[in-house]
Amino acid sequence: MEQQELIPNLFRTEYRKIVSVLCYLFGMDHIETAEDIVSDTFLAATESWSVNGNPENPTAWLYTVAKNKTKNYLKRNTLFEQKLSKEIQLNTSSTEEIEIDLSVKNINDSQLAMIFAVCESSISTESQIALALNLLCGFGIQEIADAFLTNKEVIYKRLNRAKEKLRKEKLKIQQPTLSQIEDRLPTVLTTLYLLFSEGYYSVSHDTVLRKNLCFEAMRLTILLIDNEKTNLPDVNALHALMCFHSSRFEARVNENGESVLYHQQNEMLWDQKLIDDGIHYLNQASTGNNVTKYHLEAGIAFWHTKKEDTVEKWESILQLYNQLLQLEYSPIAALNRTFALSKANGKKEAIEEAEKLQLVDNHFYYSLLGNLYTDIDNHKALSQFELALELATTAADKKTISNAIQKLQDLL
Amino acid sequence: MNEFLIAIHRDLINKDASPSPEQMQSAIKPFQDWLGSIAAQDKLVAPPKRWDTDGRVVKQNNAVTNGPYAELKESLGGLFLIRAKDYEEAVEIAKGCPLLKWGATVEVRMAIPPAQ
Repeated sequence: MEQQELIPNLFRTEYRKIVSVLCYLFGMDHIETAEDIVSDTFLAATESWSVNGNPENPTAWLYTVAKNKTKNYLKRNTLFEQKLSKEIQLNTSSTEEIEIDLSVKNINDSQLAMIFAVCESSISTESQIALALNLLCGFGIQEIADAFLTNKEVIYKRLNRAKEKLRKEKLKIQQPTLSQIEDRLPTVLTTLYLLFSEGYYSVSHDTVLRKNLCFEAMRLTILLIDNEKTNLPDVNALHALMCFHSSRFEARVNENGESVLYHQQNEMLWDQKLIDDGIHYLNQASTGNNVTKYHLEAGIAFWHTKKEDTVEKWESILQLYNQLLQLEYSPIAALNRTFALSKANGKKEAIEEAEKLQLVDNHFYYSLLGNLYTDIDNHKALSQFELALELATTAADKKTISNAIQKLQDLL
Repeated sequence: MNEFLIAIHRDLINKDASPSPEQMQSAIKPFQDWLGSIAAQDKLVAPPKRWDTDGRVVKQNNAVTNGPYAELKESLGGLFLIRAKDYEEAVEIAKGCPLLKWGATVEVRMAIPPAQ
């Protein structure tokens, strides 16, 4: 691999690992020191490799240099050493012997501890996602800014405030105990779910970036599944959900970068491997008595991997939405439930139900009504789509609605 | 918005009760669609629980008998809380209960709002 690609790729995969291990060793209040050491390591790699060529084993090279830099830092910085938490000194008699353990097991343990630390803190969900992207996914500030459709300054400030808060809270980064897992896993899963959604539903046009966000969320979920203590039904259900959704990645955007609606997608582009993975994890999730929203959403996503419209498909989707809404209301679930109702029980009943929702500031609401009235009362359908167009804000949504209006006008 | 109790009463005792076990079976989908409809309007206060039909009845002098409440023809078959503006709206929602046509009764009660 050319060095131009090698270093950015290693940065993406290794930066987060070494930072996690060092934070795990130093504690979250020394997060910046950990980041500085790893940044220095990559700087050294850039300098050395451009002169001497790439080493035989670049990852091992990075680990060795990071270890040495950490030891040097500890030796030089006696102040840091004195301030360093007692725990490190408990485990090691002197800095000479400090073991910086970059084994796969310790990397995984450190990253797991880091996920729980980031999600435990009192920082806002938005900041948690930014922090997770930065510390756990190795995303640079520019990439995070692109994902959130904002500028670098905003993300820079957001990350710094979040890290400052982590330092102030003197949050312990440690292996979560079973009871902590029980308490905090819902928050962790919410963050991973939002991270995935940020990629899947993001308004950003950068499809590579969006895919990366989704795959990072999936990687972190797998990290939880790989750990015996966190390999729980809801984690598997969340991963199944992510697999089913991402199986449609190639099909949901056309060559012009425009979104393709589900029923217009070419199912040959659906990724069968990811669908099979999803089925596997959904089976893994089917233990215990607890049905979470991830189970229900994964079930819904599973039925969407079957292109053919069958009674069984839409009846199953309807019942899953019925259950999901009883568990947790959301406008989008209410709208999707009503669409499933039209497929399972017919348009007449669905129109009655849709009129009850009264989500009058939601353009999806009027698009749904437009959809339901199509072929029943096309003039009414048209007026509903026109209301949707007025409320839509993104170019992609406007395009989709305009297409529907065009089709109806051709019919009238 | 006010909170209303939706309590469904039906005959749990008699062999020839209506709704019958078969009718209850066929009501599963309409019942879930009814709950889904209420939930889709964000008018469900909490996820409804399913109740067994075993039950105990406690009376004066700590007399405990096996339930359900056998001295009435209709026992409590299910209950949950909804949000509605007034009785009119709550009753409109209650009318959607698919067990009504087989003789079940739906009792609607408004929770008294806490004193301001």
